[in-house]
Amino acid sequence: MLSEAAKTRIQELFPRYPDKRSCTLAALRIAQKEQGYISEEAMADIGVLLELTPVQVYETATFYTMFTLQPVGKYLIQVCRTLSCALVGAGSLIRHLEQKLGITAGETTPDGLFTLKKVECLAGCGAGPMMQINDEYYEYLTTDKVDRILEDLRRDGKSSLASGPFLIPLQMA
Amino acid sequence: MPKYEPVLLKNILTPGYAGDLAAYERAGGYQAIRKVLKEYQPEQVIDLVKRSGLRGRGGAGFPTGTKWSFIPKDPSVPKYLCVNADESEPGTFKDRELIERDPHQMIEGTLIAAYAIGAKVAYIYIRGEFTLGAKVLARALDEARAKGYIGTNVCGSGREIQVWLHRGAGAYICGEETALIESIEGKRGLPRAKPPFPAINGLYQRPTVVNNVETLGNLPHIINRGVEWYTSLGTAKSPGTRIFSVSGHVNRPGNYEVPLGIPLRELIEEHAGGVRNGHRIKAIIPGGASAAFFTPEHLDVKLDFESVAQAGSMLGSGGVTIMDETTCMVWAAYNLMGFFHHESCGKCTPCREGSGWLHTILGRIEHGEGRAEDLAQLEHLCGNIAGKTVCAFGDAEVAPVLSTLKHFREEYEAHIREKRCPMGERVLAHAGH
Repeated sequence: MLSEAAKTRIQELFPRYPDKRSCTLAALRIAQKEQGYISEEAMADIGVLLELTPVQVYETATFYTMFTLQPVGKYLIQVCRTLSCALVGAGSLIRHLEQKLGITAGETTPDGLFTLKKVECLAGCGAGPMMQINDEYYEYLTTDKVDRILEDLRRDGKSSLASGPFLIPLQMA
Repeated sequence: MPKYEPVLLKNILTPGYAGDLAAYERAGGYQAIRKVLKEYQPEQVIDLVKRSGLRGRGGAGFPTGTKWSFIPKDPSVPKYLCVNADESEPGTFKDRELIERDPHQMIEGTLIAAYAIGAKVAYIYIRGEFTLGAKVLARALDEARAKGYIGTNVCGSGREIQVWLHRGAGAYICGEETALIESIEGKRGLPRAKPPFPAINGLYQRPTVVNNVETLGNLPHIINRGVEWYTSLGTAKSPGTRIFSVSGHVNRPGNYEVPLGIPLRELIEEHAGGVRNGHRIKAIIPGGASAAFFTPEHLDVKLDFESVAQAGSMLGSGGVTIMDETTCMVWAAYNLMGFFHHESCGKCTPCREGSGWLHTILGRIEHGEGRAEDLAQLEHLCGNIAGKTVCAFGDAEVAPVLSTLKHFREEYEAHIREKRCPMGERVLAHAGH
């Protein structure tokens, strides 16, 4: 079920578009933010709001990789495995994370804290290897840096090692 | 110090530049849209951009002014501008920097383009993963709205231009213009058959232009400094500068803005600091993962649309990936095919099924299980994918396979003959598979 606040946020977007259906991606994002994943009930609610059939919402939700229809860990770790990152060690980094977390890519730790995923290019190619954890990018990764990030997240729920506005090469900063 | 005068990256490279509205205005920002609204009819803006020779920076390199001129002039028909900020081409990260560091430059470009084609509404389609970029843009749009650059009366001209941010949700194909349009309409991002082209039948079945972030970033400068200045940069057929994203085995990966037409060698050796650890270059992708691989023989190719195409690849998105001699080319093709197979939207059978088969065959060759007939099979498959799909994704996915087969065939043969990757476990340890 979507909360009334979420429904209001979705309705606030209506004036931007001539067709309510255009709010589908935003609505799914709002639902996922609220529940951690997109439930069937949320999709049904979105359908009512946007005057769509449940299948129309479902077919859109299942097309985009950022939408998850199953619960994931509190921290979703997505490591880029595409060429530029792989050339500078994404593979070793993924194996380090698997070892550190005791899971293989695609799984969630038993405490529900971390889900590890291999993903395709995140446009951090010049700053690889890199990963995204929830909304934050982490770049120029080393195994030490990854360990610190995991510790930070466990302890504080955030890490100061997240990337700021993009500027590379760094020496120009 | 940069060797060339940066144009699009000028503000970003100015120490202390904050990227907010005040900083952009101090740097001369929003003068171009004022000038356009006061001094030019939309037709004149289109003519100016046509004469500048500006070509799209997203991948295809189509002349921007010509694209705009396809939009019907009838003022009673609603028109739309879509900004393609869905940067997802492997090896490319220029738009991300332009968005996160200097959002107002692209917003001003958006306003100029919207005015030129008569669009009252523009949607900036930003890739979903760019959370920071979306925050920065949302703030910048609010600033521009509050200052009267966006709204019902832009700069007191009586013109209405609304600009809305529309976030994607993770799908490479949505960088294709018709898939992007479908995605804004709230559907799966499946490319549409063309014709009809978006200029006639685009977003909500209305005339629509889709322009890339970097393309739009050029517009304020063309207006402010004139066509003659712009055409003095670059080459006759590829004027202006280009931001190249350099990644892979170089000492200084990064975004480098240079005039179109400089040699590939200069970009890699002088700007990106050369190949790391004293290694030699083995292969180069000159324009994003969809572009055919080059070899060291191509280092003197000039980086403009014509020269790169003539040499058998494409300038594409400007993503330049460097691989040194420690790289297995079968592995590189296999890695990229993993990307293409994952990102195929599934609409066309040759692409959906073909990318899977290519990935499977490349994988078994790389893992020492290749068969004698596999190379002919790869070529046969590629011939049944390229040119046989609704969008250019089919052509893109065969480029790494055909070009590595062409330039590094002996590596493929060695994999099959020796029943192992000749580069050994060291390469696989990097693979991420």
